[in-house]
Amino acid sequence: MADKNGFFDLSKTTLSRRTALKGLAAGAGLALAPGFVRYSQAQSSAPIKIGFQLHRTGIGAAYGRWYEKTSAAAVKAINDAGGINGRKVELVIEDDGTDPARGAEVVGKFAKQHKTDIVFGTLFSHVVIGSAPAAGENKIPYFVVSEGHHVASTKLNRYVFQPGITDVKSQIQSMAPWIAANAGKKVTQIFPDFAFGYDHRDYLPPALKAQGADVIAQIAIPPTESSFTKYFPQIPAETEVIYHVMVGPAVLTFVKELGEFYGSQRPQLFGFIDSLEAVDVNSPGLEFLDGSHFWEGSPRYAQPDDTAAQKAYRAAVGIDDNGAALGDPKDVSTAAHMFGCWETLYVVKKAMEDAGYKGPEDRAKLVEATEALTEFAEGPEHPQGPKTFNGKIHQCFGIQNISKVEGGKLKVVHKTKIEDGLYEPEGDYTTQAL
Amino acid sequence: MRDASPAKIYALHIGVIALLFALNFVLPDYHQGLFARIMALAVFAMGYNLLFGYVGMLSLGHAMFFSAGLYGAGLTVYHLGWGVPEAFVAGVACGAVLALVIGLLALRTSGVAFMIVTMMFAQVFYLLVLYFAAWTGGDQGLVIQQASRVITIGGASLDLTNPTVRYMSALTLFSVVLIATLAIARSRFGRVLVAIRENEERTKMLGYDTVANKLAAVVISGAICAASGAAYALLFGYVGSSFASVQYSILPLLWVLLGGAATTLGPLIGTLFMYYVTDIASSFTSAYLLIVGIALILLVLFAPKGILGSIRQRWLGWLP
Repeated sequence: MADKNGFFDLSKTTLSRRTALKGLAAGAGLALAPGFVRYSQAQSSAPIKIGFQLHRTGIGAAYGRWYEKTSAAAVKAINDAGGINGRKVELVIEDDGTDPARGAEVVGKFAKQHKTDIVFGTLFSHVVIGSAPAAGENKIPYFVVSEGHHVASTKLNRYVFQPGITDVKSQIQSMAPWIAANAGKKVTQIFPDFAFGYDHRDYLPPALKAQGADVIAQIAIPPTESSFTKYFPQIPAETEVIYHVMVGPAVLTFVKELGEFYGSQRPQLFGFIDSLEAVDVNSPGLEFLDGSHFWEGSPRYAQPDDTAAQKAYRAAVGIDDNGAALGDPKDVSTAAHMFGCWETLYVVKKAMEDAGYKGPEDRAKLVEATEALTEFAEGPEHPQGPKTFNGKIHQCFGIQNISKVEGGKLKVVHKTKIEDGLYEPEGDYTTQAL
Repeated sequence: MRDASPAKIYALHIGVIALLFALNFVLPDYHQGLFARIMALAVFAMGYNLLFGYVGMLSLGHAMFFSAGLYGAGLTVYHLGWGVPEAFVAGVACGAVLALVIGLLALRTSGVAFMIVTMMFAQVFYLLVLYFAAWTGGDQGLVIQQASRVITIGGASLDLTNPTVRYMSALTLFSVVLIATLAIARSRFGRVLVAIRENEERTKMLGYDTVANKLAAVVISGAICAASGAAYALLFGYVGSSFASVQYSILPLLWVLLGGAATTLGPLIGTLFMYYVTDIASSFTSAYLLIVGIALILLVLFAPKGILGSIRQRWLGWLP
């Protein structure tokens, strides 16, 4: 820019600021433009668009990455076999930032801007609960893979489904008979002092009581805590089993400090693999877990009795026998949960076929067709195992795995029955208007 | 600030409201929904701006006032079955009372200490929300069912989940608060607040009770932020602890800094800008926060007084 004498003067920035602002405004205008283009309705031969609400950033990013891989693999398999109702399936991805407010916006974006047929995805309970009203208001079916009890609690709405993964209440209830019979009758629970921990706090004691065992102490640890040693003296001396469900990066410190506290003489340990999803069980500091047991939705490590369907699923998703990415042994998957994406997409396929789904105008039919489903047989579409589905509470029920840490691997030692996880329905979504 | 006729100033603000009203009929569906959210949150930013922009007090705890409104309205609907208007009033009242209590304690400090004290109180509020999870739903939060979000007046009913009703409700709240903040900024009280920001000692010497004026500003600011929170709960149907986290204390600060502190329309512009940068950037890359960060840095470098603050400084000195 030239000054009044016609010389370039870099110290005078007035013009450059203006130019910069103009540039910003122009850039913003340009970038805004695509968002305002009205999208045409999908034609019958156009792909079925599935809005994938994904934890790409935020605390759920590790889960999100594997949810994305698994879903992409399932969509490829579905498309290779002819798609749904003769139409290809396309995933439209939006990041929810693992944030409930953004999650709700993303659901609105799928419904109104991308005009997807359904919304699918996400894990973290608060994002699902935060997004559910947007799904109900937009009358767009919302298939989640969250494992929270929120869907089955019937506190959400008729458009929210969880057909591909069991809920935490069912999982906990299924664990109780095995714990009481094999680990011990006096149980101390250690859990994070927020909703995920409260599910375990509330559902385990009655389930154990029914098996003749007792929770003798419950130790809630604040989510901000980074050292745990001071809580361990609260564990009663007569404890036979420590039931732990710590999650997040602090879990390594938790296990290490528990090991230092007990040394070689420890009670039985039972935990939920949620603590160690995407974490190598051979990580330094986790040696103390050797010989302990974990719940797994789907086994991380290949098992000798894996079905052909399980083997095909693992190959399609791209995980090796240790549950890590093929070619990158350090990239450990979230195997215990991500199978839910695969299975949910196949439930969507089945429901769309049953409903004769053609486009968004058939969303209500799709809801009813999903509610009419009752069973999913074990096989390529449901490699984790057989399931039943309760259309009134929009929740599936299935088998659970209990695995022992042995030689740095998780070996399945017990599979529960579907009946172990059944409970009385708490409501009925089908009474709500569509 | 150069003087301008009140008519010109009010005409500008009414013009902005009229523009937002008209946008309801031309915006595509998704953007209509997004604008409703932006207007509700711009109210939060306006409440924050009153304290930060006009009084010059930087709070890092305004998430607690927003959440007081959010939970005040949400929990009365969820647990007590209150109607929308009563719940909204309850939300605003919760925010005002909380602001009064926090103001009485926090105004014993100023500057950096005020920032820290407000942040600490907000953290206490956040942890209390988690602690009383049996009622608040903790970190998972609660859904306010669609059936509970209907205003019935006489025989008529207004369904807040209807996109147009929601847009107009958010616009109504936004308009009321915009005109109210404009009136405050132009009032004697508003001038005293600016005087406190510029030189508190001199304002005291002139005979003004600066503590009482600051307390009034905290309470009004808290009540406005609570109104935003209450509206958010009732319009969008979700209450959760993430709204009480420190992130929601930082966001209004960013929105106000972007739009222009101590400008009446700056909070709207800042909120709008941040929302659209995030929304558009996230369509192209998962590193959208990087783009938001770069945009913020550019603005700080080239428009340190925020978008509207810079416009006022260079061209439109009469902007309130």
